[in-house]
Amino acid sequence: MKIAVCVKEVPDTTAEKRIDPGTGRLVRDEGDRMLNEFDKYAVEEAVRLKEAGAADEVILISLGPEKAVESLRQGLAMGADSLVLVSDAAAAGSDYLGTATVLAKVLDDSGAELVLLGSEATDARSGVMAATLGEVSGRAWVTAANSLAVSGGSITVERQSDDGVDTVELPLPAVVSVTKAINEPRYPSLKGIMGAKKKPQEVKSLADAGIDASKVGEAGAGTKVLGVETPPARQAGQVVKDDGNGAQQILDFLVEKKIV
Amino acid sequence: MAGILVVAEPKGSGFRRVGLEILSKARDLTGATGGPLAAYAGGSGVADQAAQLGAYGAEKVFVADHEALGTGLAAPHVDVIAQLQAENDFSAILFGGTVQGRDTAAALAARLGAGLNSDSTDLAPGGSGLQATRPAFGGQNLVQSTWTGGPQIALVRPNSFQASESGGSAEVVAVTPAISDAAQRAKVTARKPAEEGKISLEEASIIVSGGRGLGAPENFAVVEALAASLGAAVGASRAAVDAGWYPHPNQVGQTGKTVSPNLYIACGISGAVQHKVGMQTSDVIVAINKDEEAPIFQFADFGVVGDLFEIVPQLGELINQRKG
Repeated sequence: MKIAVCVKEVPDTTAEKRIDPGTGRLVRDEGDRMLNEFDKYAVEEAVRLKEAGAADEVILISLGPEKAVESLRQGLAMGADSLVLVSDAAAAGSDYLGTATVLAKVLDDSGAELVLLGSEATDARSGVMAATLGEVSGRAWVTAANSLAVSGGSITVERQSDDGVDTVELPLPAVVSVTKAINEPRYPSLKGIMGAKKKPQEVKSLADAGIDASKVGEAGAGTKVLGVETPPARQAGQVVKDDGNGAQQILDFLVEKKIV
Repeated sequence: MAGILVVAEPKGSGFRRVGLEILSKARDLTGATGGPLAAYAGGSGVADQAAQLGAYGAEKVFVADHEALGTGLAAPHVDVIAQLQAENDFSAILFGGTVQGRDTAAALAARLGAGLNSDSTDLAPGGSGLQATRPAFGGQNLVQSTWTGGPQIALVRPNSFQASESGGSAEVVAVTPAISDAAQRAKVTARKPAEEGKISLEEASIIVSGGRGLGAPENFAVVEALAASLGAAVGASRAAVDAGWYPHPNQVGQTGKTVSPNLYIACGISGAVQHKVGMQTSDVIVAINKDEEAPIFQFADFGVVGDLFEIVPQLGELINQRKG
């Protein structure tokens, strides 16, 4: 079985970020870039399935700027076998559906039976890509897997739903997003990091990937940014030192705010 | 295209509050979209409660009752709502930002080839109908977006609007759900409900969170006790979750959940950027930390420098007394 993991390069989560008020897009040249933290859980799960003999190949699929290869290589260092990155100026500004359209085309060409994603990306924070991709690709899909087991032509997941944890079975081919509960991602070894540079890393244009550019990018997007505001930063309120009366002072504040 | 469809998720004998919040807000938006304000109530055994949505402003409630609609899985709902859209041509379809809401909105937008604005904290007339506001980077920026076509699909963050009764009543329309085999490929075979009375982090109007300052996993009992006094949900910082002190679904922050409760009480949390971006859109922030240099005091509305093991139990006691 071949597993594809959809990955994304994001800004460093520890850095302050901003949006360009002119374009409404994230400023991409500031600070360090990294593999989306949530994606590491999906990569780890795929690599573990391969190590356990349930899969024979793990490929990483992404849409993003060409230099994202450097961040995404961390997934190769963790044990994935290859990377396909679609990078094209015409794909910039893609919405969820545009992004899923690109990923689905690469997936179809890859022959992957199981597709894994992280639960969300630390920049957009939407958590909608697995469902979008499931629908666009026509595969069975489920989100928020706390665990995943493959057996024959189907998979079973423990799913974190709104009301508890459910056991869900679905047939392959399937799209599954995983939560942080599923595993503890490994740190790549030095050998892994060195080996990653030699693994296949293909950067494709939309035309290379056989994707109609009018369906993606800003041209194909169903949403449009009108403007970006920077509201005044939250100011420090009153800070008191506890002299045995701190709890009472908090209560008084909450009463004043009509919260209790 | 005309009118708004609000997707309200049944829960127990009622509905999740976020659906009622969106309905309340949508009463002010039909001026921009024209047409009626309708609601969708899809679930298993939900026919009797559908009429409740009329009290929050729904003029018409489409109720779909089917076993597959009560599993928490979204795909069956996508079939039903796509059918409703084909018959009614709504201008906007609005969802609450729950797990099921996110999944359904995303797959429906893909099915209809429509745009999706996610994590909206405000909706207003604008553009060709509505415009949505989404906080980026924990509210450091506010992004205003519209749609390039219709229907305009939005996900709304819980606690963005106040639920208020309109005194109205709804016409309840039973729909016969036509759910495809493809939408039922994923099957729920067992369910383990969360503990009774446990409040989900995203929907909670009050959150009490604990961090590294708690020092040990068993000390989360202090935070849980205050949460119980306030009817609050329990959150945790990344440091506490990474240390294995509290489960990951409770994590607030950049690599956890983004929350906007009316009140957020941070106990022993320093307030690093990682945490701040997940909670700084809360209405009121109270911080308790022994380190007066902790960054959280730079953006908390009220801060107490002191020992949380003294202050937090005292506060719980005072609140219990007040409740009588």
